[in-house]
Amino acid sequence: MEHFDSPALRCLLERFPNAVQATHAAFGDATAQVERGSLLEIMRCLRDEPGLDFEMLSDVTAVDWLGQQPRFELVYHLYSVKQNHRVRIKSRVPEHEPEIASLVPLWPSADWMEREVWDLYGIRFSGHPDLRRILLYEEFEGHPLRKDYPKEKRQPLVGPRN
Amino acid sequence: MAMRLPLPGSEPTPPLEDDFERDLHTEHQLLNMGPSHPATHGTVKFLIELDGESIVDLDIQVGYLHRGFEKECESGTWYQAIPYTDRLNYNSAILANLGYVMAVEKLLGIEPPERCLWLRTLGGELSRLGDHLTRCGAACLELAAMTPFLYGIEAREITWDLQEMLCGARVTSNYIRIGGVKHDLAPGFPAKCRDAIAKIRALLRDFDDVITGNRIFVDRLRGTGVISREDCLRWAVTGPILRSAGVGLDLRKQAPYLVYDQLDFDIPVGEVGDNYDRYLVCVEEMQQSLRIVEQCLVKLEKLGPGPVNTLDPRVRWPAKGRVFNRMEELIQQFKSVTEGPRVPAGEAYHAIESANGELGFYVVSDGSAVPYKVRCRPPSFINLPPMRKMLKGALLADLIPTFDFINMVGGECDR
Repeated sequence: MEHFDSPALRCLLERFPNAVQATHAAFGDATAQVERGSLLEIMRCLRDEPGLDFEMLSDVTAVDWLGQQPRFELVYHLYSVKQNHRVRIKSRVPEHEPEIASLVPLWPSADWMEREVWDLYGIRFSGHPDLRRILLYEEFEGHPLRKDYPKEKRQPLVGPRN
Repeated sequence: MAMRLPLPGSEPTPPLEDDFERDLHTEHQLLNMGPSHPATHGTVKFLIELDGESIVDLDIQVGYLHRGFEKECESGTWYQAIPYTDRLNYNSAILANLGYVMAVEKLLGIEPPERCLWLRTLGGELSRLGDHLTRCGAACLELAAMTPFLYGIEAREITWDLQEMLCGARVTSNYIRIGGVKHDLAPGFPAKCRDAIAKIRALLRDFDDVITGNRIFVDRLRGTGVISREDCLRWAVTGPILRSAGVGLDLRKQAPYLVYDQLDFDIPVGEVGDNYDRYLVCVEEMQQSLRIVEQCLVKLEKLGPGPVNTLDPRVRWPAKGRVFNRMEELIQQFKSVTEGPRVPAGEAYHAIESANGELGFYVVSDGSAVPYKVRCRPPSFINLPPMRKMLKGALLADLIPTFDFINMVGGECDR
């Protein structure tokens, strides 16, 4: 696997040769696909390693690759203000056990973004302090950004709550 | 940049007498504020735990304006997502158009012509100006200062008139196209724009005179909603809030896109990270945006007429004359309209500096004419949760200016 001159990818390939499954740098975005069990460890390394200094977990989202195994792909965008560089980390989780380690212990910004991924994709984050729906309401059935959720699906009416 | 007033000597409040303390039974009170509250411009609910007037804890509940932006994008063509981006941050629609289109262009590998880049910069800065005017004006209104609000909104009207002249709509601009912009400047735009800039400068001067040194305004802003530089980074806060805390991060400088590397402008940076610094940063950014608009006008006049759209046949329609007279172009037009452009398979993330901070779009294509995934990294949504930290222990009244200067925009936060 290649590091494409990205200091982050170079560090990951040196430190975690077994956990990194693939790398690419299409359109200049350095990307590593990592094994989900090592996510927390890898993220901690990216945050704390001098010279990488990813102080910011800029974005968390997911992609539903319906029909592929494993089905869901978590996508994390990291940014370092100090070094002015970025890296994208991806990790796959299977449909029968859609769960991955929460990054809230490392970056508090993960809190709401992981809640959103739980809300819209139904992927659980182990170790999240307060994993509840955020954009939708508690009574909502299903997770609408999954590819097998029909856009026109109706939801049951919910009465007023007190 | 306007000067900060010197801090007055702050005397500690004298401790209460034991007699007053002894028999006083107090309990925490839960207060629902919102989702539709006159003092918050945005549909958001705060569940506040109060001890007297102090905020003990705060739960921010968003999602009231969720319209399924990302789901909708996955069912139309790449073009049909552009009008939806208008409705993300409706205060600065052109910037939202721009963020999405630049991410798609990254996937397609399209480089728009030079004149288009300058037009996009011009439109984007007018948008940013309108957004900051709304933020500062509405903040004054919600702190019960009606006059500066009217100055701010009058100036915003002028920027909206300019946007109308630029793209035919005041608010939902839908101006940026993949590989170009909708059309070139209307005749007489530069003169009208210069006229408008002079008017906006005069209004900003009035605004500044009325409110920047106003004792009540300053007292309610200074020292409230403080956030440190480290906390901003940990919470991934960007935009004026991060700059007010002393970090000069602006993607227009750090990762210049469009023509920002050829423009002369400054990035204002605060010291303390309180609401007053945020106000000052925004006020100064408006002046810088006006400077950029002026430079764009000069450059556009110097460039002279030229193409504003790419000639790449994957995203452009053929010329009408050819469509009416030739078979191949007729077929191409038909396919472009009914199917839309096919974007090569892959993923790309592109971030621009919107009025609220880093506005990023992560787009994934499976090679078809329909986006597989469009993710908007909304600065409003990401800048909002640290508000809980900013306000713990603060007074209930501090919530209003803090929320105003975070400038959460419902459309963008809830998508």
